[in-house]
Amino acid sequence: MNAANYLYVSALLFTIGAIGVVVRRNAIVVFMCVELMLNAANLAFVTFARINGNLDGQVMAFFTMVVAACEVVVGLAIIVTIYRSRRSASVDDASLLKR
Amino acid sequence: MTSNYLVYLIALPLFGSALLLFAGRKADKWGHLLGTAMSGGAFIIGLYEFSQMLGRSTDQRAVTQKLFSWISVGSFQVDAGLMLDQLSICFVLLITGVGTLIHIYSIAYMSHDLDRRRFFAYLNLFIAAMLLLVLGDSYLNLYVGWEGVGLASYLLIGFWNQKPTYATAAKKAFVANRVGDMGLSLAIMISFATLGTVSFSGVKEHASQASTGALTAIGIMLLVAATGKSAQFPLQAWLGDAMAGPTPVSALIHAATMVTAGVYLITRSNFIFDAAPTAQLCVAIIGAITLLFGAIIGTAKDDIKKALAASTMSQIGYMVLGAGLGPAGYAFAIMHLLTHGFFKAGMFLGAGSVMHGMDDEVNMRRYGGLSKFMPITFATFGLGYLAIIGVPPFAGFYSKDKIIEVAFNAGGIKGITLGCAALLGAAITAFYMTRVVILTFAGSKRWNEKAHPHESPALMWIPMALLAVGSVASGFIFTHGNSLKNWLAPVVEQSPAHEGELLKPAVVSVLALVLVLLGVGLAVVKYMRKEIPLVAPTDVSIFTRVARRDLLQDDFNEAVFMKTGQKITSALLVTDKSIIDGAVRGVAKLVRGSGSALRTTQTGFVRSYAMWILIGAIGLVAAIWVVTL
Repeated sequence: MNAANYLYVSALLFTIGAIGVVVRRNAIVVFMCVELMLNAANLAFVTFARINGNLDGQVMAFFTMVVAACEVVVGLAIIVTIYRSRRSASVDDASLLKR
Repeated sequence: MTSNYLVYLIALPLFGSALLLFAGRKADKWGHLLGTAMSGGAFIIGLYEFSQMLGRSTDQRAVTQKLFSWISVGSFQVDAGLMLDQLSICFVLLITGVGTLIHIYSIAYMSHDLDRRRFFAYLNLFIAAMLLLVLGDSYLNLYVGWEGVGLASYLLIGFWNQKPTYATAAKKAFVANRVGDMGLSLAIMISFATLGTVSFSGVKEHASQASTGALTAIGIMLLVAATGKSAQFPLQAWLGDAMAGPTPVSALIHAATMVTAGVYLITRSNFIFDAAPTAQLCVAIIGAITLLFGAIIGTAKDDIKKALAASTMSQIGYMVLGAGLGPAGYAFAIMHLLTHGFFKAGMFLGAGSVMHGMDDEVNMRRYGGLSKFMPITFATFGLGYLAIIGVPPFAGFYSKDKIIEVAFNAGGIKGITLGCAALLGAAITAFYMTRVVILTFAGSKRWNEKAHPHESPALMWIPMALLAVGSVASGFIFTHGNSLKNWLAPVVEQSPAHEGELLKPAVVSVLALVLVLLGVGLAVVKYMRKEIPLVAPTDVSIFTRVARRDLLQDDFNEAVFMKTGQKITSALLVTDKSIIDGAVRGVAKLVRGSGSALRTTQTGFVRSYAMWILIGAIGLVAAIWVVTL
């Protein structure tokens, strides 16, 4: 099977994630879209590792997973805190910094 | 020779001043006594040094004392050092002697003043600064004293600064003096730049190697300094207003000592002026102008203190003229300075005594016939009067005639012009001083019923009497066997023998006496025979009006310097507001405007920031793609 197909899937997933981040208001969904973009990047890394025949990309994928795990921990904590204080998970409501 | 006592001359009055100022009201009871004691102590040290000096041979007489190393920068070394030589000791004795008498006088004169302690603190400060001025062994040390006396003069002129005009007079004196001080600092800088030293001995040693141009520049700058401090033309305008200070101050600072500092400076710098004939000629011309200028103003003043102030200006003109005549004149300039110190201080104290008895009235048109009520004041004032107009054998006869004689013998057109100016000045002096005496002591009484003229207490008339003794005897003592001239000879180079005199001393004396008698006679005819109107008549000639306005000195300063200064200031203000402030405000406006324009991009919505990041990332990828294509 042609390795390039994996790259097409990766690009598709990344685009879906990016559009999701830009257009959705629910913080949880935005968050999931970010995860989607990270995983799309992971898929691209692994594919390139396969194409180039070395393990560099695979190693990078592990790093990305660790970063993603950390991000989940911090991000979810923030979202939960905001929800508790404001009774809303909409990212548009949390726009007080501009004032 | 060194001496360890010189520093105490300055330290005693300085200590007195500091103690009286810092002790505050607690010292009110005994402040005046301490001040007088400190001044008297300095006088005793001065007498001791003088007696020591007399006991040594001529070339051993000067003594020095190094206090500490003051400035040490590379090749520029200045020690805070004192030097007492034959010239300084004259001043030390004059300052501390007359100063102590005036301290004693002030105890009574200021007895009703709540701030008498502060007055004595300032007087002591003045004595200390003036002693530093004449004892400093370099121009820089002299400069410290020079500024110190300026400060003391300012504080004392404005002593009654609750009156705005008095405070203004103090400021005027200070500003005029600053102009002169600038001249002195420039002279010091030129001296350092060209000669590499600022000490008297160093400058004297190196003066022969310097160019005439540099020496002329130093000389002219020293002359500027002297005109400021000694109220000489063109910086003379402050002296009349300085009479706002209490009368003892006028006697001590603005007659006997501080205003003669310029003469001291010129005489001390004789090695510069002797090597720079142009500067020396300028000194003589300034002196001649001022002696006439002051005398003319003196004829028109009704305020007794202002008339005496104009007279002081004129007499210092004589001294400056004498100092400007070179080696032949230095000794006589100093002699006139010393005799003037006696008779003018005595007359000022007399004027103070009159004011004391007349409820501080200064208008001579409100006096008249006071000789009956104040016999002692009349006697002492009269002796001073005889001394200043130059009647033999009183002091002024010896000193002033000598200056006139030296002026005539200066040679050529210069000698005749300066000599005639000095002779004319003597005649005018006789006229206005006679006028003062007649208006004050002779004629009918013109004061109103409220004034009760009375003789002053002993504390006041004893100093006046002592100064009167000086005005009688000092001239004879100084000229007897050329004593002062020989005494000063090591400091001021002796003149070569005259190559032929234009006028013999006797001829000069007779000429001067005839002119003096003319002046006296004119004044007697004009003021003795007629009733004196209580208000100055207004239908007078233009000359009288100009003289009453101090020969337009203030109008000139106002038109030329003040108005110009104000215009420059307002132009600078406009420049500052439009250009400098404009640039600053413009930058602020630009930053604020661009800030508020950029602010609209900060929506606060996470999604819009994410959008910008996305656009940026796409742009970046596109850019890389284009570059690698």
